Amino acid sequence: MALPAVLFFGIFALIPLFGVVVISFMEWNVLGSPSWVGLSNWQAVLFDRPFTWTALGLTITFVIGSYLFQAPVALLLGVFMAGQQRYRALLAVLYFLPLLFSSVAVGLTFQSLFSPNYGLSAALPFDWLPNDWLSNSDLVMWVMIFVVGWCFVPFHGLLYQAGVRQIPQSMYEAATIDGAGRVRQFFSITIPQLRYTIITSSTLMLVGSLTYFDLIFVLTGGQPANAVRILPLDMYVTGFSSYNLGYASVIAVILVAIGLTLSLLLNIISGSSKMESDKAGA
Amino acid sequence: MMTHTASTQSATPDAGKALNPEVPGFEHRDVKQNKVRRTGAPGEKPNLLGGLGGWLWLAIIILPIYYIVITSFRTSEDLRSSNQLLPTTNPTLAPFIKVIQNDFLHYFTNSLIVTLSTVAVVLAVSVMAAYYIARSTTLGGRRLFQIILLGIAIPVQATIIPVYYLIQQLGLYDTLWALILPQIAFAIPLSVLIIVNFVRDIPAELFESMKVDGAGEWKILTALVLPMAKPALMTVGIYQALQVWNGFLFPLVLTQSSDVRVLPLSLWEYSGQFGIDVPATLAAVVLSALPLLVVYMLARRHIVAGLTAGFGK
Repeated sequence: MALPAVLFFGIFALIPLFGVVVISFMEWNVLGSPSWVGLSNWQAVLFDRPFTWTALGLTITFVIGSYLFQAPVALLLGVFMAGQQRYRALLAVLYFLPLLFSSVAVGLTFQSLFSPNYGLSAALPFDWLPNDWLSNSDLVMWVMIFVVGWCFVPFHGLLYQAGVRQIPQSMYEAATIDGAGRVRQFFSITIPQLRYTIITSSTLMLVGSLTYFDLIFVLTGGQPANAVRILPLDMYVTGFSSYNLGYASVIAVILVAIGLTLSLLLNIISGSSKMESDKAGA
Repeated sequence: MMTHTASTQSATPDAGKALNPEVPGFEHRDVKQNKVRRTGAPGEKPNLLGGLGGWLWLAIIILPIYYIVITSFRTSEDLRSSNQLLPTTNPTLAPFIKVIQNDFLHYFTNSLIVTLSTVAVVLAVSVMAAYYIARSTTLGGRRLFQIILLGIAIPVQATIIPVYYLIQQLGLYDTLWALILPQIAFAIPLSVLIIVNFVRDIPAELFESMKVDGAGEWKILTALVLPMAKPALMTVGIYQALQVWNGFLFPLVLTQSSDVRVLPLSLWEYSGQFGIDVPATLAAVVLSALPLLVVYMLARRHIVAGLTAGFGK
């Protein structure tokens, strides 16, 4: 019964996961067939290529920046959408819209909106407004963090909305009787009750922004300036534009390693709190 | 149509709940909590700051969408001469016509073929695997579930190079198969997880009584599991369809020629091909999102449930 699923999953997902490690020890320029070169790709990518470390730094900035933007907005949005007023339900329907667009669609939209010749900067009569959003190397990283957030905040908002709706209303009623205000309730009831959702959402956000590059690829027209060439994008460009699939595989393995470590760490952190909330019957 | 979808969806978990009060479906719980909260806090003073933030985020979400819609009705001369945030005074359908004339329907058909075949296979193999896992009492069954769950954490981007190699070796490069096969594989883990949770909620007595009546595995699967797991299959199907329809990385790496181009890749190619005719590119963006908008209006609850189902609990 499970055989077809196992075959598909094994051949096209599990084997490639090990395959990427194998290819990282091979030289392969797409045209020929891969040949064994031992550790030389690793040596080259880690020690003879300073940009790897620059890209790692950019990746860390991107991941942390994305998290600091997405997590608070998604949490507040989730609480807001879980509220009982009718207009909030209507807004929630509209908040979802970014999830219907492909990354290319979003990329092209913002590319046009942030164009130096038309779009936002031409439409708004503010002199202080920059018009080189996508070419200014000090600015472009923050623009990417914003656009990626635009895409993914709605999804995490939904997770938090579902989480908030599981919190028993009686807790808030009791707190109100005790005279706790809205802010106090948010920090003393909502946040602790959402522990599990926070961990899930955080894992998805961090690991997601570690490997996601479609949007940056589109926004930079496939020729990323070095200011936003984060590791996954570096992997793609190295592999499929420079045709150095051995180097690219090394970068891919590094990404998988960081991703797994990150999820494991978050899993350990969540371990105790998860059990508590299970006991509480949540 | 919307109310119809909503009612069929909550009806089935209700039936399940009557049989097994311990384990209501997640959609049902959602609906119920919702009701409780709506009658919950009367006379609460309005949260002005929250409301303000809510409207502000709406503006951030809507502005780009509004911009592409109004821009797609412009001529490219109009784009540079007037204020782009105001609707044009002489709208034109020319950008849309240009997109249609540039094989849009061909790419649309490719996307449709890839999406429908991927989802059909994913649903079939996932429900079979889920039935096996949910009813399995052996160690092997549990191990298998753990391995499949691990699969949720495999980032597609990191495996794209070996997938590319594999597809090349199989002689499938630049075919629709190259898009369908790997996307089936990467859709399986989450689909199995969601369906397993649903199949586990089917009362064991139902399985027993069917066995007593002499029903084989296939009979049980088609006559009991399939009808009972229908809401989960809906959810999984719509969610995976959304993923495949919008997927960009696999088409980018695994296809090349315009014969097998799917919509997201076509947008990318259009933007290069149309160059400064930005309204035409944005018209393509609008057209590519329209089918999903229609699906969203018809089956919003399923899409929302699908998105949170794997991670919500």
